[in-house]
Amino acid sequence: MSEIKDKQGRSDEGRSLPVESQSATGTGKLIPVYVMGKQYMVPETLTIMKAMEYAGFKFIRGCGCRGGICGACATVYRKEGEYKLRVGLACQTVVEPNMYLTQIPFFPANRARYDFSKLTSAPEEIYKLYPELFRCIACNLCTKACPMDVQMMDVISALKQGDITRAAMLSFSCIQCGLCASRCMGELPQYHIAQLARRIYGSNIVPRAEHLGQAVKAINEGRHEEWLRMLMEMGEEALRSRYQEREMEPPMAGEDWVPVNAEYL
Amino acid sequence: MSYTPELQELIKTVEKTRPERIARKQRGGEFPMMSLEERDAILKKHHPDYQPTGRRALKVGPNKGYIVPDEFADIFEARSRVDPDMVDLSNPSIDTDVLIIGGGGAGTAAALLADEEGAQVVIATKLRHGDANTMMAEGGIQAASKMEKDSPYYHYLDVMGGGHFKCVPELVHTLVTQAPDVLQWLEKLGVMFDKYPDGRLSTIHGGGTSRKRMHSCGDITGAEIMRTIRDEARNRENITVVEFVPAVELLLDEYGHCAGALLYNLETEEYIVVRAKATILAAGGSGRLHIRGFMTTNHYGATADGLVMGYRAGISVSFLHTVQYHPTGAVFPEQVEGLLITEKFRGAGANLLNIDGEQFVNEREPRDVESAACIRECLERKLGVPTPAGRRGIWLDSPMIDALSGEGTVEKEFPGKSILFRRHGIDITKEPMLVYPTLHYQNGGLNIDSDCRTSIPGLLAAGEVTGGIHGENRLMGNSLLDVLVFGRIAGRNAASFARDNTAKGELTLDHVRAFQRELEVEGAADSRVAPVLLPDYTDPEVRKKQLTSHYLGTLR
Ligand SMILES: Cc1cc2nc3c(=O)[nH]c(=O)nc-3n(C[C@H](O)[C@H](O)[C@H](O)COP(=O)(O)OP(=O)(O)OC[C@H]3O[C@@H](n4cnc5c(N)ncnc54)[C@H](O)[C@@H]3O)c2cc1C
Ligand code: SF4
Ligand code: SF4
Ligand code: FES
Repeated sequence: MSEIKDKQGRSDEGRSLPVESQSATGTGKLIPVYVMGKQYMVPETLTIMKAMEYAGFKFIRGCGCRGGICGACATVYRKEGEYKLRVGLACQTVVEPNMYLTQIPFFPANRARYDFSKLTSAPEEIYKLYPELFRCIACNLCTKACPMDVQMMDVISALKQGDITRAAMLSFSCIQCGLCASRCMGELPQYHIAQLARRIYGSNIVPRAEHLGQAVKAINEGRHEEWLRMLMEMGEEALRSRYQEREMEPPMAGEDWVPVNAEYL
Repeated sequence: MSYTPELQELIKTVEKTRPERIARKQRGGEFPMMSLEERDAILKKHHPDYQPTGRRALKVGPNKGYIVPDEFADIFEARSRVDPDMVDLSNPSIDTDVLIIGGGGAGTAAALLADEEGAQVVIATKLRHGDANTMMAEGGIQAASKMEKDSPYYHYLDVMGGGHFKCVPELVHTLVTQAPDVLQWLEKLGVMFDKYPDGRLSTIHGGGTSRKRMHSCGDITGAEIMRTIRDEARNRENITVVEFVPAVELLLDEYGHCAGALLYNLETEEYIVVRAKATILAAGGSGRLHIRGFMTTNHYGATADGLVMGYRAGISVSFLHTVQYHPTGAVFPEQVEGLLITEKFRGAGANLLNIDGEQFVNEREPRDVESAACIRECLERKLGVPTPAGRRGIWLDSPMIDALSGEGTVEKEFPGKSILFRRHGIDITKEPMLVYPTLHYQNGGLNIDSDCRTSIPGLLAAGEVTGGIHGENRLMGNSLLDVLVFGRIAGRNAASFARDNTAKGELTLDHVRAFQRELEVEGAADSRVAPVLLPDYTDPEVRKKQLTSHYLGTLR
């Protein structure tokens, strides 16, 4: 496994860190970036997150999944010579020369509290919880600010028209980083509103899965108990042969496939 | 960074073999699965768990003598972050019914159920609520939900087989029988599962499944579940969440019960004493320990803190001798190195290919076997694809999916990855991805029973921090299930323990003192400090110049 072990940087305390920044160090030429206005020279191949670590920052806030899905690392930046403000996720965006950047790890957007089990699919319920929805002036800054390409203005206008389904679909990739809210003229907490719309859609608009109820019922009635107990008491050899005898659902089988052996269903 | 000319040249080989591979799939033809003997052989030879180096026997604690990877031994054989004598336990800042350590899937599910049982709940979490491995799960969640073709019987067999028949039977029983109920609970909370128009859930295969029982929400299943239950927790008046405040030690009381924890405010650097009638450890996994130097898919806070705190208090561990490497982590472009490429790609039909564009393993083998096969292809057979950074990779032929299931399928099923790779100039609907095994999941952990109880009264545990459910190897989709099944059980049982045990004993950190003594006696004492809390990615050159800063472990 020599190839992988090469990456293991044993430090003075015998820890096998820092693997991440190591893969970074030394590759590519150094370029200047400005973190909150101060210049640092960092390798040009790094993401903003790794570049800041390279420069000596240690994250407490502003870093979560490191994989573009948690929304902890929202970053606003501008390139030298431009007035345009750009946005990105620090863990996904590669540094560029003379980038002026700051992270926005938290945004104090309003969030309504509700008893979800009492909500119906009527859009009025959303209007009551978030009356500021109607402060939207359709400036589209939210959409422009979104690192996930969510068409947030369209989400909001769908809701204004009472179309929760469309709002839910359009906002599905939202990672709740808060950048849209940070740019909003109407001071809307768009991502919280969209979250509510998705939950209403998932719970009250899409039909529930009937077969789930049947499965729960069968299990609660103890239908499978005897077979499971049998497996639990079985020796490893017997279990292995049952395992190998399993009838496999073919990968390309359609939804109507049923197994030949129905004994343990 | 789009593919280099060299790689583009190699992609042509993949394109050449593609039509035939697609035709074979359409006919139902498959690359042969390995027999159990073949699996054993390839694991022994090529899986990192079976390499004799890089591991050692624990010198201290309840599992003294147990051989685990060095990185685990390093943190078990480490000192506390605090000197117990300096902590004033007489005046807790927070007094609650249930304290939950960790705000991921297990912790949040536990909080919801404990609240429903009438308990006052505090979640203490290291990063933000939801910054957790749960958020990152992509592929899906297993459950035998379609009784005309599947049942808990088959789910049980699959879990067992995946775990090398070593899983704890009672735990697996709970896992598979609670699964449909968990899905129903999520559906009611508003999770947007992939469905047919009539509400029937769509399901696909995952590695090691005999029936298609993987349920998903696009390619962000974990995020959809996490953000939904987090949203629900925010609605509950009796759930308080404190963020950026990790736990560093458990607190016991004079009766030997767990009675809360010592927390550390990462921002103000204060230590905070919390008294609780019941405590749940739900601090997740350990990818950021970078076992054997592997890159990882895990979130920033996955540093095994829960293991350390539990072990120090006397909870035994199991199955830590095995670690799960996900067969398909991205190796190109360099910026996304380690990033998980979900198994769903293979479930949907994408082949794994060597440099000659040829298949070398069935795509539905369990993860450990799949990883071992990729490692063999690159290291032994030398048929890996060289990357510009000097690594080796395997092709994952995503364009097959559109050919098999219709134009636009990749875009629709994998919106997250499509956007991400496009940003780096790679169109995964037309070009394959380059992947290699990456550190993914902590198979083992603290021992619990099927009620989530540990050997210390008042201390429960749930989620990736526990061991036994998945034996030596977890199957995809069973972990999201595990954290919700056992998180809910832990929440319910913690609330009832808190109701029944109202006596307030005196708080103590004597177990920490005792552990420290044992370290010294066994000669295992070192300058190492744990829990680790955050990994250290500071550049060594910078560190050398931080002349007046003092490091305690990885924190300064
Ligand atoms: C990239 C990726 C993809 C995955 N895909 C799938 C999949 O498709 N299907 C599947 O079933 N499983 C999948 N898994 C596995 C699964 O997501 C995790 O195992 C599971 O979600 C763990 O849940 P948890 O609640 O136990 O831990 P986590 O969700 O990691 O939560 C742990 C929490 O504890 C906090 N914490 C840590 N230390 C402390 C401390 N000292 N004090 C307080 N808080 C602390 C963390 O910050 C975090 O909030 C995947 C994992 C990853 C990383
Ligand atoms: S919609 Fe708003 S909160 Fe969601 S990802 Fe986009 S900018 Fe972030
Ligand atoms: S930024 Fe605010 S005001 Fe502008 S379109 Fe978006 S929601 Fe409306
Ligand atoms: S750290 Fe999670 S999105 Fe960047």
